[in-house]
Amino acid sequence: MPTDRIDIRHVARLARLALSDEEIATFGPQLSSLMTHVDALARLDTANVPATAQVVPSRNVQREDALRPETMLTREQALANAPQTQGPYFRVPRILAEEG
Amino acid sequence: MDPIRDSARAIAREVNARRTSAAEVAEALIPHAAAADARVGAYLQLTPELMRERARRVDERIAAGETLPLAGVPVALKDNMCVEGTRTTAGSKILESFVAPYTSTAVRRLLDAGALPVGKTNLDEFAMGSSGENSALGLTRNPYDLDRVPGGSSAGSAAAVGGFTATLSLGSDTGGSIREPAAFCNVVGFKPTYGRVSRYGLIAFASSLDQIGPFARTVEEAALAYDVIAGKDPLDATSVEREVEPAADHLREDLRGVRVGIVAEFGLDKLDAASRASYEAAYAELERLGAELVDVSLPTADYGLATYYLIAPAECSSNLARFDGVRYGLRADAPDVGEMYERTREAGFGAEVKRRILIGTYALSSGYYDAYYLKAQKARTRIAEDFARAFERCDVIVSPAASSPAFRFNAKSDPVTMYLMDYYTIPGSLAGLPSLSVPCAPAVPEDGTRPMPMGLQMTTPLFTERALLGYAHAYERATRYAETVPLPAAEIVSHASTGSA
Amino acid sequence: MMTAERIDSALLEKYEAVIGIECHVELKTVSKMFCGCPNEFGGEPNTKVCPVCLALPGALPVPNAKAIEHMIRAGLAFGATIPEHSKFDRKNYFYPDMPKNYQISQYDMPLTVGGVVRYWLEDGRRGECRLTRIHLEEDTGKSTHAGSADGRLAGSTSSLVDFNRAGVPLMECVSEPDIRSADEAVAYLETLARTFRELGVSDVKMEEGSLRCDANVSIRLRGAPEYGTKAEIKNMNSFRSVRRAIESEIRRQIQVVEGGGRVIQETRGWDEAAGETHSQRSKEQAHDYRYFPDPDLVPLDVTADMVERVRTTLPPTPYERYVRYVDEYGIDVKRATQLVDDHELSAWFDRAVSAASGNAKAVVAFVLGDLSRLANESATHLAHGKVTPESLAELVALTSSNAINSKAAKQVLETLWNDGGSAKTIVEREGLAQVSDRGAVETIVAEVLAANPDAVSSYKAGKTNVLGFLTGQVMKQSRGKANPALAQELLKEKLGS
Repeated sequence: MPTDRIDIRHVARLARLALSDEEIATFGPQLSSLMTHVDALARLDTANVPATAQVVPSRNVQREDALRPETMLTREQALANAPQTQGPYFRVPRILAEEG
Repeated sequence: MDPIRDSARAIAREVNARRTSAAEVAEALIPHAAAADARVGAYLQLTPELMRERARRVDERIAAGETLPLAGVPVALKDNMCVEGTRTTAGSKILESFVAPYTSTAVRRLLDAGALPVGKTNLDEFAMGSSGENSALGLTRNPYDLDRVPGGSSAGSAAAVGGFTATLSLGSDTGGSIREPAAFCNVVGFKPTYGRVSRYGLIAFASSLDQIGPFARTVEEAALAYDVIAGKDPLDATSVEREVEPAADHLREDLRGVRVGIVAEFGLDKLDAASRASYEAAYAELERLGAELVDVSLPTADYGLATYYLIAPAECSSNLARFDGVRYGLRADAPDVGEMYERTREAGFGAEVKRRILIGTYALSSGYYDAYYLKAQKARTRIAEDFARAFERCDVIVSPAASSPAFRFNAKSDPVTMYLMDYYTIPGSLAGLPSLSVPCAPAVPEDGTRPMPMGLQMTTPLFTERALLGYAHAYERATRYAETVPLPAAEIVSHASTGSA
Repeated sequence: MMTAERIDSALLEKYEAVIGIECHVELKTVSKMFCGCPNEFGGEPNTKVCPVCLALPGALPVPNAKAIEHMIRAGLAFGATIPEHSKFDRKNYFYPDMPKNYQISQYDMPLTVGGVVRYWLEDGRRGECRLTRIHLEEDTGKSTHAGSADGRLAGSTSSLVDFNRAGVPLMECVSEPDIRSADEAVAYLETLARTFRELGVSDVKMEEGSLRCDANVSIRLRGAPEYGTKAEIKNMNSFRSVRRAIESEIRRQIQVVEGGGRVIQETRGWDEAAGETHSQRSKEQAHDYRYFPDPDLVPLDVTADMVERVRTTLPPTPYERYVRYVDEYGIDVKRATQLVDDHELSAWFDRAVSAASGNAKAVVAFVLGDLSRLANESATHLAHGKVTPESLAELVALTSSNAINSKAAKQVLETLWNDGGSAKTIVEREGLAQVSDRGAVETIVAEVLAANPDAVSSYKAGKTNVLGFLTGQVMKQSRGKANPALAQELLKEKLGS
């Protein structure tokens, strides 16, 4: 199990979280300490053990292909909490690059 | 009729019988909650208008001949559950101004059953915490000692019921967030089986662990609330299609023939002397009630914390990605979208949330997934298997609900020390099991002089809520510990209740 | 400096392109993938949204059963395996038109695995491309960029987001690198598109962006066993731009290699206006998507029963029909393609062939000949006219048994087109049955020979081409009913004696 110190700046970039130098200084040791605690898991034998993503035994929960107008929002409701709108749209500052 | 002290069943009976009205209950609660909560701070927001409106609706329905299981019962709602037209904040600056345009399924079921919402309660930000101290929007105190924490993350929901500003409340439990504050605030806190109660409208922390459940001053009232909110919801794919056995009318008075498992790995020697005495007394009491105590083992229990602190942060790192300043919530000014995300999330999230987002992002990131996230999922399988094996030998597992009674504010500044508070609750959460905390003998904390509430945790196999509530009920009826702890806020309670009588 | 346009055919011959294609196809459903909002194109911005597709706090996804069935149908049409176990995963990355900042997709357990897409090119060549997988995912919203020329991202000062599309079900078809040219790439995509339309799983409306694709392109010396370094080309919005972008990228890579350089692994965007690709992102800047199973959803198990149920409702694929039309019926590539692409016409045609007991060539002759002409002249779709496949089959039977001759057949067909009805009834009513009675035709032949002594002399003098004239006279005399073959035979007999 890797025990390298976490590259917090890299992880924060992935999480889209700006961190102050102070936060980096505090979080660094805290996360390392927690990960050391977590490293104990390496001792647990999990060979041939399936992974559990969900504890409930349900399978194939699906819905019929039908409209549910009662759950839909009006445009006013959709935009009501928006920090910035322009006409019928949500507005965001400029996008620097395509993603995806 | 005392709408502040009476049980949910008693209030509903009076309102259904039209001996009193929901409107009268609301008018008694509104000034009372405002006054009594001034010192406790259980609520982020009181909702008197909504309470009056719902009361009118309940009275109309009763006048039309309906009988409602929670008619006129004052309830408090953890502020990570959406209620249409109400500010819903998750205790975070990032959602401080968010007004939900829809209502969560569990809340809707509670309100449809006649409950009256007193307000939205405080919580550790995004339900991440074990003391209640991580809220960005308010400070909640333990109603049994205002210098101590109420427990978390469902801090306000436990403190509201413990402090008599609501009869029932809803909380959410991911790794102990209902059971631990219930133990600290002298109330019953019940986390049903994962998937029993719809999560639709519950602001997600860790989707595969989050579960809504009730707080009440008695097991019977918790069962009453459970009967109302449980059941399949077509809007939540993880809610389970399985008939709910109503519990409130099927509770038991003794424990004859019940095999109670005591977990070897949860040895009481880890606790301080007073706490240990409380649990020793509890186990003895169970035996007196006819239970057979059996030793069981959960060999993987000690891996619970490590497993939990990979899975929950991993899920939260993804669940909280939607808080980006685009569609709702806080937005920080920035010249471009990328910086807007980073600054918004920096300004909007508190330290604990940031820590968990970082851990989770790391655990899922390229090169670490197998060693951390996948390993934790496998460990989770083993923990669930251990429980299944233990339940071959017993009907219910009992243990402490928390590692200590309520502690003082700022007593645990190191995150890992705080995480250890959930040592007893986390394994059952990972296995998805129904679990509750019921008050047991109060204990004097190491750093105090007055006895504080304590909670006994009981856990049973998946989907056996009725049996679990029955065992807890038998224990509660025989002990009535909840009634033995002095409540400092009592003078407010009695004042208000006299005023309304 | 060598420009892309000046790369000569010798250089193009020296290298071979290796192309793999990923394309996103919008599924045809009533509602979105994970919520009950309508899956419809267009509409007022932000009016087809709910807490789920806007990713409001607390909202949860529930998968659309129809979309899952469509996936199984699509996979089976290409012979894919439908694994028993499948699941949904989260693909984590931030973008303003992606509400949750993760996309629900499928990572390591897609709904369909493998399969082969067989296609044909305009020149009649055929090819095939293996499918790696088809997986199910959800679409994002749509951003419009403001403050820049032509609404382009570059130079914009802000963007406006509409979430109506967010959550629309998409299938992503990932191919193996089996494609060798831009033409093959287009043929592959066209076949995917026509197959999905045929199956009813998608309308594949290019203009509405319901098929979008990326191509992985590399080059290698022709015959070389190993692959070159690939570039991923994005932002191709039509078959035409796929062809142009791939051609341009192949030329660019040849230029790089011939110039002594190395192709680097990167993402390149196709610029339609400039007619070239440009670098967007290098491999080093690649994303870490942190895929993990979506904990809001439970596993998907596809039972053998479900697969069989879908399999029994599968129509023949367009490729199968194309091959039948060309190989069995002798239809040319262009007409066969038209027929395949005209769903109603080809369904009508197939019914007629089956009603005509497999006498496909005769059906083809009518359908592509007179019937198409009649349909054209009256601007009516052939399948919407009064001629039923069954009545055409009857007409085919009448001609092939020589009950009527081709001239009469034409007349019957026109009557059928104008009035409908049964071919047999028309023949009887109008007395169009062919006269194949030897004695009756002999009488007419004798009359014609007697009336045309000049022609008879010419024939005997060696001008055998007057036979056509004489046959025409027999037909005329019989008012078109005489069996022309018999008439000719008898004429020859009499003239030769």
